[in-house]
Amino acid sequence: MYRRDSILLSAAVGIVGVTFGVLAETSGLTMAQAIAMSAFVFTGTSQFAAVIVIASGGTEIAAVISGLVLALRNAFYGPSVASLFRPSLAAKLSSAHFVIDETTAMATAQTSPENARRAFWTTAAWLYALWNLGTAVGVIAGRVIANPDAWGLDAAFPAAFVALIIPHLQTTQGRLAALGGAVISIGIFPFTSPGIPVLASVAGVAVGAIWIKVHQ
Amino acid sequence: MSWTAITVLALGAYTAKALGVLMGSGRYAEKIRPAASLVPAAVFAGLIMILSLDSGEGSLAPDPRLGGVAVAAFLSWRKSPFIVVVVAAMATTAALRF
Repeated sequence: MYRRDSILLSAAVGIVGVTFGVLAETSGLTMAQAIAMSAFVFTGTSQFAAVIVIASGGTEIAAVISGLVLALRNAFYGPSVASLFRPSLAAKLSSAHFVIDETTAMATAQTSPENARRAFWTTAAWLYALWNLGTAVGVIAGRVIANPDAWGLDAAFPAAFVALIIPHLQTTQGRLAALGGAVISIGIFPFTSPGIPVLASVAGVAVGAIWIKVHQ
Repeated sequence: MSWTAITVLALGAYTAKALGVLMGSGRYAEKIRPAASLVPAAVFAGLIMILSLDSGEGSLAPDPRLGGVAVAAFLSWRKSPFIVVVVAAMATTAALRF
């Protein structure tokens, strides 16, 4: 079951990759730079955040900081998936590049450790290939399409996360954490710079964690 | 965007991922696992809000993206495949802007 889901998810992420490529191209990145970001940064929200700052006239330093701030959240996924990797340091360091939103979401949605491991790597392989392919297609499309928003490309990314969050809303603590994250990100938006609201939404975890403590 | 900026971003992103995986192996991980498992729910919710409401000009404002996201929520709840969810959201947003 995870196989079909992994491939369909990766195909959807590939479409989001197209939107990234379009955005990168219209923000002045070269094809090589856009693909280098997808291959080596390989965490979509950070890539979007950095390029959006550039597109809206921000400095390079602001772009890098907002990308890094968002990339920090991947550190919080490690503990959920580290047990799926072989215990050697080399295996862990080479697997780490693929610990992102989607691979973590697919792995943690499985019920057995073996399926979790397979779901992680199936998703990692397809997603990496299609994300980079999508980026390249997007850069080419960006040279042709005059107005990407007219195609609804900016809705692809939030829609993908709507699909990804559903399995996490099955428990009360999950729903409370999500509610907390949503309220915090919107609440502090007017007072912070780009990238900070999403990072701060991590604090929504506290709402769910308190609920677990109270009901233990 | 310069190659320096892209390199710094790549190294920083990898460092964050690697730290999480290395932290995840010890006794410390067992302690934080219940809370860590809630991180995707909280962060995805924040992402959805900002990505569908941020006008790009320093304010939050509803626009046709929100219609696409609403359709995505309905289809996800109905357990439609991911690709259907994403394409339907794009189509809805594009139609609302037409």
